[in-house]
Amino acid sequence: MSLQLTAEGRLRHLLTIDGLPRRLIEDLLDASDALRQVALRGNKKLPLLRGRTIVNLFFEASTRTRMTFELAAERLSADVVNLDVAASSTSKGESLLDTLATLEAMHCDMFVVRHPDSGAAHFIAEHAAPGVAVLNAGDGRHAHPTQALLDAYTIRRHKSRFEDLTIAVVGDVLHSRVARSELRAFGILGAGELRVIAPRTLLPPAIEELGVRVYTDMDAGIADADVIVMLRLQRERMRGVYLPSEGEYFQRYGLTAERLARAKPDCIVMHPGPMNRGIEIASEVADGPQSVILEQVSNGLAVRMAVMSHILGAQVPHLEISA
Amino acid sequence: MNPILIRGAQVRFPHLNIDRVADVLFEPGRVLGLDPSAEQAVGAEEVDGRGRWLIPGLVDMAARLREPGATHKADIRSEAVAALVNGITHLVVPPDTRPVIDSTAVVELILRRAREGRGATVHVIGALTHDMGEVSLAELGALRAAGCIAVGNIGRAIGNTDLLRRALQYAASLDLSVHLQAVDPWIGVGGVAHEGRVAVLQGLTGIPETTETLALSRDLMLVEEAGVRAHFGRLSCARSVSILADAKARGLPVTADVAMPQIYLNEHDVLPFRADAHLLPPLRSVADRDALRAALANGVIDAVCSDHQPHDPDAKLKPYPATEAGASGVDSFLGLGLKLVHEGLLSLETWLDRCALAPRRILGLALPSLDHGAVPDFVLLDAQAERSLTSATMVSRGKNTPFRGWRLPGRVDLVAIVDRLWIREP
Repeated sequence: MSLQLTAEGRLRHLLTIDGLPRRLIEDLLDASDALRQVALRGNKKLPLLRGRTIVNLFFEASTRTRMTFELAAERLSADVVNLDVAASSTSKGESLLDTLATLEAMHCDMFVVRHPDSGAAHFIAEHAAPGVAVLNAGDGRHAHPTQALLDAYTIRRHKSRFEDLTIAVVGDVLHSRVARSELRAFGILGAGELRVIAPRTLLPPAIEELGVRVYTDMDAGIADADVIVMLRLQRERMRGVYLPSEGEYFQRYGLTAERLARAKPDCIVMHPGPMNRGIEIASEVADGPQSVILEQVSNGLAVRMAVMSHILGAQVPHLEISA
Repeated sequence: MNPILIRGAQVRFPHLNIDRVADVLFEPGRVLGLDPSAEQAVGAEEVDGRGRWLIPGLVDMAARLREPGATHKADIRSEAVAALVNGITHLVVPPDTRPVIDSTAVVELILRRAREGRGATVHVIGALTHDMGEVSLAELGALRAAGCIAVGNIGRAIGNTDLLRRALQYAASLDLSVHLQAVDPWIGVGGVAHEGRVAVLQGLTGIPETTETLALSRDLMLVEEAGVRAHFGRLSCARSVSILADAKARGLPVTADVAMPQIYLNEHDVLPFRADAHLLPPLRSVADRDALRAALANGVIDAVCSDHQPHDPDAKLKPYPATEAGASGVDSFLGLGLKLVHEGLLSLETWLDRCALAPRRILGLALPSLDHGAVPDFVLLDAQAERSLTSATMVSRGKNTPFRGWRLPGRVDLVAIVDRLWIREP
């Protein structure tokens, strides 16, 4: 997986969490800390990527992820182009490589890519011109590395050492790129215990090999957890061969206040969004005191700024909080 | 054309108990004999066979030639010639062309183009059902009369078990062999990789082994009931091997083959998203690969095929799940087989059995002979020479191979099949 790392151990691309050294992840989280302060200032812009061009290349619908990437790039003073694929020539049959070549001819510096196929970001990185960076914003079921980093960052802000934490990921792990990247990231950061909780139909068959404990019973799985990550249940999976009904799912796996009481009293509740209230999570929990779901969104901005600056070689200054 | 005299080759025809240095005299269409006298060889063109092996031509039990239907990928002439120069003298075309091979017109088209192409001898498997569908039988009698060597469903699963049951009964009554590929029509549909560790990591839709084991078990029950001769192509998992071994032990008239990539590669070769390793059935676990190797060595699996599936470059130039499955195989078939001999997995006799002789027995083809008057069907090769497999060295139009860059043993110097002769340019 040296495709994404340079010989010096810097990110050339960010395609997956797989194979990233712990130190690099920690550096990115430290840089996120510094950049998070910027959002608290009056002038929210930094000149770090002035003159650079970043293309948001979204082959799959997304509101919040695209928006945070766009905002992150703008806060770093980069020029941002959004390519909405539904309105582009790919829907007219142009191949992915032709689309890339066309964009490269405009001399952009980075592609932020979301694509429905696992491995699409790898494919684009392999075929992109030298010097063009690829940032994976979610490819199929494979990876969503910035989501994993922002979740790790959010956990780090609330908890001390990863080694002391029991983290439970609940829901559709089978189809979730977020879960794959998170389990990797938390593992690399040394998490004490990683659990996944779901019915067997929503778990990949060899998931235990990734060093996680599998629970099919929600109550047992969240007992004494420090962190609970709820995954979004895709609407098309709710009825059919994976699950009998939304109601039954909520009954058995929905996070209610009553269930949450089984976790540690200071357990935090996370969700990558968008949420299905009343299906995977009860509103009282989503809006409750243990929820850090909105904070995840604002942290996402800082983490994406950190990743973009790192890849494009900008030094993040140590910023003082000033009025 | 003058007769040709191959001098001093190590003739290795294990089925005739021949393994010695000999001279072979032949002319297009006819073998003139082993160790001919000086008078017999008068006027013959000489080919130096010293240090080389003369072996039976290889037989490829499954090769897609892409014609009719996908001639932007390859065509009958290109692929039959590519097979021939790689030591394959017979190849078998599965019925999933476009249109499928369910009518005499398509059979005749393929066989005519093959004759014109003057490459390897092409054999055709007819479809078992009309349009390879779920509704009605194909005209099996007509297909046989048009020249189909067998019938089968290779490349498309039949979910309608009642139709499959009748088809097997009907084929048995025509004394036709049936070639089946065990794939359940529901489990693993849309999958692009073995449902195992690598698919989990990479977020690829998995293909569980039960798609194969379930269909194999089901088909064996129907085969047993119908009393039809059946050949199962492209087995991919350890569990299938044991199911097959049980069936053979029960005395069922069944045989099986495995695709060459399955003998060397496993699910990890898909990392990181290597489209050239996107195959169907998928590359499975190391344990599966090892079981397939062992079964090929001990004969539970009777034959190995190239499972040749040439593609145009665009078919593989996409994100992995969007790429088309399959590998171009004829250019590496002999080298990878011979490598098994060099590595000690197979003896020379076993390799020739699995790649040349067993396929002929399964297909009902005559075993090659060097007697006077026999039909030429042999290959002269330098077994010690090596070459790199690259797009430039591949003869097939399809350059899609997971073995790109491998050093493979064996250089084919001469191939003779019936009246077609190929000699390497010096």
